[in-house]
Amino acid sequence: MIASLSSPLPDCLALVTAWLAIGIAGLARPRSVRYAGRTLFVVGALVALALAATAVWSLIGGATQSMVLPIGLPDLPFHLRLDPLSSAFLLLLGAAAAGVSLFSAGYFRDSDGMAPGLLCLQYHVFLASMGLVLLANDAYAYMVGWELMALSSYFLVTTQHRIAEIRAAGFIYLLMAHVGALAILLAFGILQGGSWQFTFDAMRAAHLSPAWAAGAFLLALAGFGAKAGLVPLHVWLPEAHPAAPSPVSALLSGVMLKTAVYGMLRVAFDLLGHPVWWWGLVPLAAGLLTALYGVVFAAVQTDMKRLLAYSSIENVGLLFTGLGLAIVFYGTSMPALAALALLATLYHSLNHAAMKSLLFLGTGSVLHATGQRNLGRLGGLIHRMPWVAGLTLVGTLALAGLPPLNGFVSEWLLLQSFLFADQIPRAFVDLLIPLGAAVVALCAALAGYVMVKFYGVIFLGQPRESSLAHAHDCSLLERVGLGWLAALCLALGLAPAQVVSALTPVTRQLTGSATAQGASWWLLAPVPARAVSYAPLLFLLAGAAVVALTVLLVRLFYHRRVRHARPWDCGFGEVSPRMQDTAEGFGQPIRNIFQSFFAIERELPTPFDAAPRYRIAIHDRIWLGIYQPIAGWVRRLADVVAGLQQGRIAAYLLYSFATLVLLLAVVLAT
Amino acid sequence: MRPGPIVAQALEIAVALAAAPLFLGWVNQCRAWLANRGAPSMLLPYRNIRKLFHKDAVLAENASPLFRIAPYIVFGTMVVAAGIIPSLAGRLPLVVAADAIALVGLFATARVFLSLAAMDVGTAFGTLGARREMMIGFLAEPALLMVIFVASLISATTALPAISAHLASERFTIDPSLAFIGVAFTLVLLAENARIPIDNPATHLELTMIHEAMLLEYSARHLALMEWASALRLFNYACIGFALFVPWGIAARDIGPFGLTLSIPVLALKLAAAGGGLAVIETVSAKLRIMRAPEFLASAFLFAVLGLLVHVLLGGA
Repeated sequence: MIASLSSPLPDCLALVTAWLAIGIAGLARPRSVRYAGRTLFVVGALVALALAATAVWSLIGGATQSMVLPIGLPDLPFHLRLDPLSSAFLLLLGAAAAGVSLFSAGYFRDSDGMAPGLLCLQYHVFLASMGLVLLANDAYAYMVGWELMALSSYFLVTTQHRIAEIRAAGFIYLLMAHVGALAILLAFGILQGGSWQFTFDAMRAAHLSPAWAAGAFLLALAGFGAKAGLVPLHVWLPEAHPAAPSPVSALLSGVMLKTAVYGMLRVAFDLLGHPVWWWGLVPLAAGLLTALYGVVFAAVQTDMKRLLAYSSIENVGLLFTGLGLAIVFYGTSMPALAALALLATLYHSLNHAAMKSLLFLGTGSVLHATGQRNLGRLGGLIHRMPWVAGLTLVGTLALAGLPPLNGFVSEWLLLQSFLFADQIPRAFVDLLIPLGAAVVALCAALAGYVMVKFYGVIFLGQPRESSLAHAHDCSLLERVGLGWLAALCLALGLAPAQVVSALTPVTRQLTGSATAQGASWWLLAPVPARAVSYAPLLFLLAGAAVVALTVLLVRLFYHRRVRHARPWDCGFGEVSPRMQDTAEGFGQPIRNIFQSFFAIERELPTPFDAAPRYRIAIHDRIWLGIYQPIAGWVRRLADVVAGLQQGRIAAYLLYSFATLVLLLAVVLAT
Repeated sequence: MRPGPIVAQALEIAVALAAAPLFLGWVNQCRAWLANRGAPSMLLPYRNIRKLFHKDAVLAENASPLFRIAPYIVFGTMVVAAGIIPSLAGRLPLVVAADAIALVGLFATARVFLSLAAMDVGTAFGTLGARREMMIGFLAEPALLMVIFVASLISATTALPAISAHLASERFTIDPSLAFIGVAFTLVLLAENARIPIDNPATHLELTMIHEAMLLEYSARHLALMEWASALRLFNYACIGFALFVPWGIAARDIGPFGLTLSIPVLALKLAAAGGGLAVIETVSAKLRIMRAPEFLASAFLFAVLGLLVHVLLGGA
């Protein structure tokens, strides 16, 4: 065991292979929920935990290991490499997958469309493919993993393939995944720089002209941006993520989006080596736009899973903002600040993996208990589902970016790095980038709005439907899965100094610089030159002490008498649960303020309607303005091509004859 | 650690707890004078809180534990905030725990818990209040953050005592961006503390209210804590304003008995002036329609962003 600890790469490989084996083992008894669901998923969770532990070990060691696997095509072996960057993302994969797998063990039932054994296969292939993507050290292995990831997740998204909308969502997802993959493939094609060697080592050594390097960067940004849901390549995300079963949504949002961030970091800082500063402006601007776009759309959603999917778009935007800022700093020879911005990105990746997985799993429990995804038909579940409500509250507060939970730490780091943007030695840029902080602040505040809506409408208030009285709390395994992720949120929030020191090898690898450690183990002080610090533990202790003291003093000096009565109805007398704000109602201020973002379709009743109906539908302007015209052109082109297909032999013979004549004419002419 | 800083910290929190209702009473008294009414006693908020503590709590039948714990959390966050903001002295023990950005986060935590608690019972007014409060919040919070951001850019730190000390030092030449963020901060203060023109603290007409709508279901000790917390919030905002715009008289280095005895009367003077100013603003302005509130806050946000631009433009030269 000691010997194997010193070589984490073979361990990681073994663990990833173990996932594949578990998946295949699921086929032995595909219809048995007890075997494929309850047993194999728990084993998968243990593998995930082991992977997370190995990744931590490798991260602390900070070493880089590589190996060559003689599989695949002749002369094209798989090159694998484990360095701090891939270790950090393997840690993310393992830690999030452990919680999701434990939850899944209690979640999947036979009625979910696909047989449990088949689901188990797809699920674990999906996990293993993400592992391969993170370990790959040549374009070939990378693309194999990338495509495997896209395909297995496509099958997972379309688990309930009998529903037409889900099939449509799966199709868009597959289409966008392949457009993105094509762009990445082209980026690798440029990166090899004429050596025709597709290992990453060769790409690191290649020297590209500035124009080609910029081309490779932009292609990679388009490819990874499509995977991550960067505006305007985001349209598939709010369709595909909610369509999947909730644990799969959790993996898609929590983990798979981060593989795109990983890829972008790998290409920009490792393979290209020296990113030029203005490259960073593109992801920075796109990230800010994406963040605002995602959070504004999240605020007006009525489907709880779509709301979370749009919130993922927002967080991807923040991740790319941090990445862009890091590139700008790095390109203008400020590596220490690049390390700070990069740290914010990495930290936020970890945070988002924990909190978004937690919330998606929470919606899964709600969905199982009530059969409802529509926020307008939920409410008051805190009484029926105290476990889910309590654990989801942690994720809600974390995603709202409230101290002392984890979402706040990465937001804090990002804002701290923005505070240095006025020192960038480039005219206008030093003026414009600080304005980005205003957008980040607006997004953070809007995220709070979205989360109050999400939690308040689902769990608080009175049940909006009578059927909700029969809702039940989730099973034990589900609780353990939720609890693991909630604990992760707390740990990431309360021990920032430890997380930062664990991520330091990554920033050192990518930027050659690192952020400073705080003076004490409980203090986060990443900028030694400035007196800034944040100590969540002290913060929480002070808060908890004040709350406890207040409770104690109130009880000591006064009394604890409580009477129960009906809620105050303002003398109206006939208060019903339908008078609470609906999801539409709660989104109304955002709809008014950000009107120009939406294409709103309203159906208003006239005063004389016997059965008045109020309907409002909100559409994405980008979908209507960009994607629908493209789809129209493709269809028209297809119609033209279809016009050639007469289905009669005579017509085809005529085509052949015409082609021959044309070719002869060309030959004669030349 | 020497006991001095801890005593000073405890004193600062105690002063905040005691002075917050008094400050509210002072503002109300000034408003009454300006409106040519007979003024209530300055001590009325204390009596109110005391009365509420003695009453029996009436809870809605379907209130969840979140509803009962929320007043304690809201109160607790405001007390912690009072410990972080340098109202009497800088460099206190709690200061390392949170800088100005974390302070904004702390206010956001209080707001989120207040809104969640308002949604808990599920009455029409509770959710309406929560929605409006979050709407005010999502516009006011970035504006406040931008105000702090500009102050941080000026003084190269986000720790509030250090910002305050920098702005108070003789070497500091006046920065025109301070004027912009001063306006922005005033607008945010009015909105965040449910003052006219955004909300009317005296109204009980349900359709127009924001803050009071969220507290409709609270009674007795829970209401007392909520009222005290909102008085503390006003006090805290005033103290942030002092730290940024009138940073003189805060014991920066000397947190011994001498420095503190000097800074308490200075603080009282500042509070008296600020309360009078607040009363004047509230008397001369009319309450805005709720639909106009976003414009009001958007202008606060834009003022803060303008302040940022002015600072970077002038600082870069």
